[in-house]
Amino acid sequence: MSSSQEDIRNLTDREYEYGFVTDVEQDTAPPGLSEDIIRFISKKKNEPDFMLAWRLKAYRRWLELNEEDARWAKVDFSPIDYQDISYYSAPKIKPKLDSLDEVDPDILETFKKLGIPIEEQKILSGVAVDAVFDSVSVATTYKAKLGELGIIFCSFSEAVQEHPELIKKYLGSVVPYADNFYATLNSAVFTDGSFVYIPEGVRCPMELSTYFRINEAKTGQFERTLIIADKGSYVSYLEGCTAPMRDENQLHAAVVELVALDDATIKYSTVQNWYPGDKNGKGGIFNFVTKRGKCKGRNSKISWTQVETGSAITWKYPSCILQGDGSVGEFYSVAVTNNLQQADTGTKMIHLGENTSSTIISKGISAGHGQQTYRGLVEIHQRAKNARNFSQCDSLLLGDRCGAHTFPYIDVRNASGKVEHEATTSKIGDDQLFYCQQRGIDPEDAVSMLVNGFCKEVFRKLPMEFAVEASKLLEVTLEGSVG
Amino acid sequence: MLEIRNLHAEIGGKEILRGLDLHVRPGEVHAIMGPNGSGKSTLANVLAGQPDYEVTAGEVLYHGKNLLEMPAEERAREGVFLAFQYPVEIPGITNAYFMRTSLNAQRKHRGEEEIDAVDFLSLVREKMKLIEMDEKFLNRSVNEGFSGGEKKRNEVLQMALLDPMLAILDETDSGLDIDALRIVANGVNTLRSEKHAVLVITHYQRLLSYLVPDVTHVLMGGRIVKSGDRSLAEKLEESGYGWIEEEVAKGGAPA
Ligand SMILES: Nc1ncnc2c1ncn2[C@@H]1O[C@H](COP(=O)(O)OP(=O)(O)OP(=O)(O)O)[C@@H](O)[C@H]1O
Ligand SMILES: [Mg+2]
Repeated sequence: MSSSQEDIRNLTDREYEYGFVTDVEQDTAPPGLSEDIIRFISKKKNEPDFMLAWRLKAYRRWLELNEEDARWAKVDFSPIDYQDISYYSAPKIKPKLDSLDEVDPDILETFKKLGIPIEEQKILSGVAVDAVFDSVSVATTYKAKLGELGIIFCSFSEAVQEHPELIKKYLGSVVPYADNFYATLNSAVFTDGSFVYIPEGVRCPMELSTYFRINEAKTGQFERTLIIADKGSYVSYLEGCTAPMRDENQLHAAVVELVALDDATIKYSTVQNWYPGDKNGKGGIFNFVTKRGKCKGRNSKISWTQVETGSAITWKYPSCILQGDGSVGEFYSVAVTNNLQQADTGTKMIHLGENTSSTIISKGISAGHGQQTYRGLVEIHQRAKNARNFSQCDSLLLGDRCGAHTFPYIDVRNASGKVEHEATTSKIGDDQLFYCQQRGIDPEDAVSMLVNGFCKEVFRKLPMEFAVEASKLLEVTLEGSVG
Repeated sequence: MLEIRNLHAEIGGKEILRGLDLHVRPGEVHAIMGPNGSGKSTLANVLAGQPDYEVTAGEVLYHGKNLLEMPAEERAREGVFLAFQYPVEIPGITNAYFMRTSLNAQRKHRGEEEIDAVDFLSLVREKMKLIEMDEKFLNRSVNEGFSGGEKKRNEVLQMALLDPMLAILDETDSGLDIDALRIVANGVNTLRSEKHAVLVITHYQRLLSYLVPDVTHVLMGGRIVKSGDRSLAEKLEESGYGWIEEEVAKGGAPA
C-alpha cells in the first residue's frame, strides 16, 4: 500500500461533525404500528375524514406488502422492526409563529450548529425557510410576501386544514398509496412535510427551502411533500438535511410528489447529509425515499438535482413521468459513499408524450468501503413519438476498497426514439495526487479539488448558495479518504 | 543548497540508487545524463518525495534541512520543483485554477497573502508570453489532451510561475521541437540567480548548449560515476556511455 493510500484513509476517518441532540420535549406516540396509531396521528393532526380514510387504505395495503419485494436494490441491511418505531413526535410548541423570536431557542441553536443560520439566510439570500423540526413546522417565513402572489408554501398539515381541495385532488396522483412498500408505509403514517402551490402564470420570486432534521431517537421520519406548479408557473425548491448521531439505525421513508401543468417548470434541489453511521457502519440513517414528478401538461419541465453525501443506506430514484407533449425531465446527481455507506440511486424517465426529452447526468463517488450503484430506467412508450434521452453516468473511485456499479435499463417501444448512454469509471490516481502535492497542494485539498472538478457539471445546476454548501459537504464527507 | 550523501533508494523491492553523492550550490546549473534505466527519474522522484520510493540509506540536506523528512507538499512549498518526465492529466480542473491553487498554497506557506484572480491572471499571462504559450491553455483541464510538447511547456510555465529555489527538470527537452527547446531554455534561464539552482536531466547536449550547465554528471548503475564540464556532454553524445562503463569497470574513481 502506498502512503497516499494511507493518506486517503486518514482523511476518511473523520467523525461526523453534526453529532449532537437537541433537548426539546417531545410529544411522542408509543412505539408500534396499528390502526389505532394511525387514528391517533390523524386525530392529533385534526385531519378531515378523507385523510384518515386514505391513511387506513394505505395501511391495509401495506400489511399485504412484503418488504423483501422492495429489496431488489443492491443494498444490504438487517431487517427493520416496524413495531419498534414510534410514529409520531412533535415539539411542544405553538404551531404558528410570526417571527423567529417565538421559536424555541434550542432549535435555533441546533440550526446554528448545523451552520444554517435562518436569519442570515433570510436576509442574505431571500430564502423563505419552512423548517421542519421533527415532523412539525416551527418556523415559516416570508409567507406574507408569497401570499400576495397567491403562492401557498406551508406545512403539509396546514395545507390539509386550509386547502383540502388541493390535497384531495393531487395527493397520491403521482405516487399512488400502493406504489411500493416504503411509499405505502409513508402514506399510512406520514406526519408532516411541505406543501407548495404556485398559481397560474406566477414565477416564484425566491428559492423555497425546507431543512429537515431527524431529532428524536427511534422516530422514523415520514415526510410528505407535494408541489404543484399550475400553468405557466415556475418554482425552485430546495431541500437539505443533517441528523444527529444515533446508535440505532433510523428509518427515513419520505415521499415527494411534483406536478407540473402546461408550460410550468419545477426545479427541485436536494442536499442530503444524514448521519452515515460510524466507521463500522453503526447508527446511520436508512434513506428510502420515493420521489417522483409528473410533467402533466404540455411543455412542462421537471428538473431534479441532488447531492447525496449522507445516510448509511440510500435507496432513491427521483423520477419523471413525461406525460405532456414536449415535456422535459432532468436528473443531475452527485452521490458520495464513504466508509461502509451504501447507495443505490438513479432515476426513471418515463416518456409517454410526443417530443418529450430527458437528460440524466449522474456522478458517483466512492471512497473507503463505500458501495454505489447507479440504476436508471429510460422507458419510451409507444405513443411517445420523437422522444429522446441522453444519459451520462460517471463513477469516481477513491482508494481500492470501494465499488461502483452501473445498471442502465432502456426500453424503447417507439422506433423514432433516440437514446444515448455514456458511462465512465475513473480513479483518483496516486500519480494525480502526487502531481498536486508536488505543486505544494495539500493532499486533502487536492482530493476535494479533484472531486469538485468531477462534479462540476452537477454543481452548476444547483442554486448558488446550495452549490457552495454542497462542495463544502463533499469536503467534509471525503475528509480522510484520499487514495 | 542541496547535499546528497550516499543515497540508496528502491522501488518495488529493487534497489535503483546505490550510494549517490551530489552537491549543488546556489546559483548553479547541473546537468545529469545517463543511460535509460540508470536511475535519473528515480533521483528526481526521491527528491520530490514520491511515496512509492523507499530511501534505505543516506541523507539529503536542502538548505541544511533534512529533505527526506518532509512530506512532498512541504518540499514543494520550500521551493523544490519537479518538471515531470510524464506529466499527468487532471480532468475537470482548469489549468488556471490549478496553478492559482498551487501558487497560493506556496504563498500561504511563506506567510504571504493569497493572490486574487485578477492579479493572478496578469502574472500568468506575463509568464505565458515569456514561454510563448497560447492563453487558451488556461481554460483547458490540466494537461488533458495536451500534446507531448505542450505538456512539457506547461511544466515550464508552472516552473516560471512558482519561481522555485531548486528546479529539477526531468527530460523536459524530450519531445520538444527546436523552437520550443530554445523557449524552454529561456524559461530556465530566467531562474538563474545567485539563489536559484537547477538540475537538468537530459539525454541531449542540445539543450545544454542553450543552458550551459556549470557541471555535467553521468549517472550509471544508481551512482554518479563521472562529473565534468560541458565537454563531457559533447563527448557522451559523440561516443555514448561505453567508455565510461569501461572506466568504471577498471575501477577508475569517479572524476
Ligand atoms: N515500480 C517499479 N518496480 C520495479 N522497478 C522499477 C519500478 N519503477 C521503476 N523501476 C526501474 O527503476 C529503474 C530506474 O528507472 P528510472 O526511471 O529512474 O530511469 P531513468 O534513468 O530515468 O531512465 P530514462 O532515461 O529511460 O528516463 C529502471 O530499470 C526501472 O525499470
Ligand atoms: Mg527518466
